[in-house]
Amino acid sequence: MTELSKKSDGGLIARRYASEKRFRMYGVFALSLTTVFLAVLLADIVWRSLPAFTQYHAVLNVMVDPSKVEASNPAAGDFEGIVKDAWRGQFPSVQSRADRRLLTSLLSNAAGGELRRRVIADPSLIGKDVTVPLLLSDDADLFLKGLSTGVERSDGKGPLQIRSDGENFFLSGQGLNPGQIVLADGGAFKIAPEGDASPAEVIVAPGSTAEVGEGKWQLLTFDAAQDTRKIGDREAVWLEMLREKGIMKREIAWNFFLNGDSREAEQAGILGSILGSLMVVFVTVAVSLPIGVAAAIYLEEFAPKNRLTEIIEVNINNLAAVPSIIFGLLGLAVFLGFFGMPRSVPLVGGLVIALMSLPTIIIASRAAVRAVPPSIREAALGVGASKQQAVFHHVLPLAMPGIMTGTILAVASAIGETAPLLLIGMVAFIVDIPTGFLDTATVLPVQIYLWSDLPEKAFEARTAAAIVVLLLIMLILNAFAIYLRKKFERRW
Amino acid sequence: MNMIFFLLLCLLVLGTYYAGRQRAAGMRNGTTLLHSLPNYHGLLLGTAALLVGLFVYAALASAMPAIAPWAALAAAAASAYAFFTKISPDFRARNLFERITLGLLVACSAVAILTTLGIVLSVLFETGRFFKEVSVFEFFTGLRWAPTGTPPVFGFIPLLAGTLLITLIAICVAGPLGLLSAIYMAEYATPTTRSIFKPVLEMLTGIPTVVLGFFAALSVAPFVRNSGEFMGLAVSSESALAAGLVIGMMLIPVISSLSDDVINAVPQSMRDGSYAMGATKSETIKRVILPAALPGIVSAFILAVSRALGETMIVVMAAGLAANLTANPLSSVTTMTVQIAMLLVGDHEFDSAKTLAAFALGFVLFIFTLILNFIALRLVQKYKEQYD
Repeated sequence: MTELSKKSDGGLIARRYASEKRFRMYGVFALSLTTVFLAVLLADIVWRSLPAFTQYHAVLNVMVDPSKVEASNPAAGDFEGIVKDAWRGQFPSVQSRADRRLLTSLLSNAAGGELRRRVIADPSLIGKDVTVPLLLSDDADLFLKGLSTGVERSDGKGPLQIRSDGENFFLSGQGLNPGQIVLADGGAFKIAPEGDASPAEVIVAPGSTAEVGEGKWQLLTFDAAQDTRKIGDREAVWLEMLREKGIMKREIAWNFFLNGDSREAEQAGILGSILGSLMVVFVTVAVSLPIGVAAAIYLEEFAPKNRLTEIIEVNINNLAAVPSIIFGLLGLAVFLGFFGMPRSVPLVGGLVIALMSLPTIIIASRAAVRAVPPSIREAALGVGASKQQAVFHHVLPLAMPGIMTGTILAVASAIGETAPLLLIGMVAFIVDIPTGFLDTATVLPVQIYLWSDLPEKAFEARTAAAIVVLLLIMLILNAFAIYLRKKFERRW
Repeated sequence: MNMIFFLLLCLLVLGTYYAGRQRAAGMRNGTTLLHSLPNYHGLLLGTAALLVGLFVYAALASAMPAIAPWAALAAAAASAYAFFTKISPDFRARNLFERITLGLLVACSAVAILTTLGIVLSVLFETGRFFKEVSVFEFFTGLRWAPTGTPPVFGFIPLLAGTLLITLIAICVAGPLGLLSAIYMAEYATPTTRSIFKPVLEMLTGIPTVVLGFFAALSVAPFVRNSGEFMGLAVSSESALAAGLVIGMMLIPVISSLSDDVINAVPQSMRDGSYAMGATKSETIKRVILPAALPGIVSAFILAVSRALGETMIVVMAAGLAANLTANPLSSVTTMTVQIAMLLVGDHEFDSAKTLAAFALGFVLFIFTLILNFIALRLVQKYKEQYD
């Protein structure tokens, strides 16, 4: 019998089982690929964001010149001038106008901010020496983080001879190539394009002309030619020499969390857009939660089963699937065009997002109200409560955790909404931190969109960092919703 | 002024509530019973004051801003007083209050309808003005889209082609991956695997599109371009492929969660019947479950298509602005949503054909998605009726 079946089978069973296994593998493959997508997405964004969370400062000892800051009115003091002088003081040999300007460009144009803050807080510092961190420009910061053009620093091999004929310097040593920069004895030279037989370009004059021993001098080699880099040879040398002196400190970039937007990457922050987002979300919840819950209660508990109710239900389901940009058109035409509300304000943004998240909240609230068993209503009606008393005193409190969970999830997705806000003008460049619902403001996702468009490389990291903050906020909200659901979940 | 008005109105509402409650409570004694609890008398007075005050204020605010707050407060106080004099043991305050509450509930449910009406009317109105300037025929058959040119040309076909191309790429990615994921999650996955992959899919749903757009523009697009160059193909830096791939990624959870639901809704008896005939699990899935769940799966695909058509941020950031009429996924195309955003970001003059064109595009998009959603909902309903 068994032999017979084996013969007639012809390997069919084996083929069917192989096909079964294959089909199963397709499923595993699809899920793994999705997971890989998500992992790559998150890893990519977190990786890109890391540089934005730290920032290089030059910590210098600065003399607060009483001629530049008056004790009676320290806020009007020329702090930028003070820190620029201190900065230039690091390289007394840099004299030409062009070079001085180049040197100053390594500082942010808000470099004196920290000094200003300290002196205003404590005017007795005027006339004294203060050690303050100076904010560097975004290009200098990227260079020090090793993120702009690749630069390799290596120890020189063998001794290096520095000769001077009074005007020009000549270098000779092993492994010197044209374009390389030699750091030796407090000085810096660029090897001429013709090689080390021609005079080397002096960037910083050396302390002496003598033989420099092995290991006491270094070579800087760049990946790209000078004119394709943001940081040229001179700037690179200055930054490297200051780094060697221990002046450059990498610190947490509080700027990023405490500033509004800015055209300068090193000063741009997300505080303004986070406050804008909070205001928009506040308006959204204040409008859509009461309306949504009321609509859900009506449809679930009071509405007669008729044509109108059916239309409302179909309508809510359809509204939930309308593309978000259409709500932007609605906001533009109705709130801005018809009612004449101002552009770019959180109030209008909140109203538009409220209309958008209304269907979600209604659907979630209806599910929560429906989940309360009929026995609760019947018991309330049985002891003489009116229909409304039964609903508002008994059903609604029991449905509240479910409603809150649904609302938090709706808020979490509302925080990430961008497209409709573009249309009602929340894309403006706004430096000031918004203080009211009628102030022009932007929101975090729109800030991300705006920054992602900018050409400066430093903004790329800021964009990714803003995304990390946005995702964290959403994660916290979702975790809170899950906690609520777990805590108040009830089996009837 | 506004703040003071609302503060005063709040105080008035609280005061009338308290006054009504106290007066009703004072009438209750050992022999007289009240029809309504004192609380309801107070609530009735407070609600009347609030609604009348807000209504009068809203009616007068634009016409006579100077006297509106005072008139509103006076009207609120008067209406509360009218009810105050009516308070008696027989006064049916609860019934009246409940009728007002019901009216408010109905009004709140009407907001959803008003929103739809607002969308349709505003978009329709501006679209009508657009078609006064540009002929309908020219718009729907034109092969060139150049809204900023002189003279501007509004030909819709390249936008439609671009939108459909990106949607097609997205569905090619999300369709198989989403469906296979759903089948695995519904039929094969153990509770442990489910608890690993479900959060993954949920997280993917929650990621804002602006984040996906950043990823598409900065990571996927260069990757696509480099791999294309490696294979000797000319790839535009803003290719339809990159945007489509990322939209597809976004749609995987849309398709998988909806399909998961419908597969789970197929009655167990159908599976058991198939197993009893000697079918393997995959044969059961392919020959019994999928055909049975087909309407639901089709509706999941339709909803995904509708999401892809309306997706804005990913295409704004990763697809181009150039309206090329092409079927080549490696070239740059533009979509309806990109053009809406680009035409309306910046200065608005409501009378230029440029901004009106955005509303016309919005109208077309709205109609497209409405039809798709309607079909999908009907399919699911029919399907549910079949097995309920």
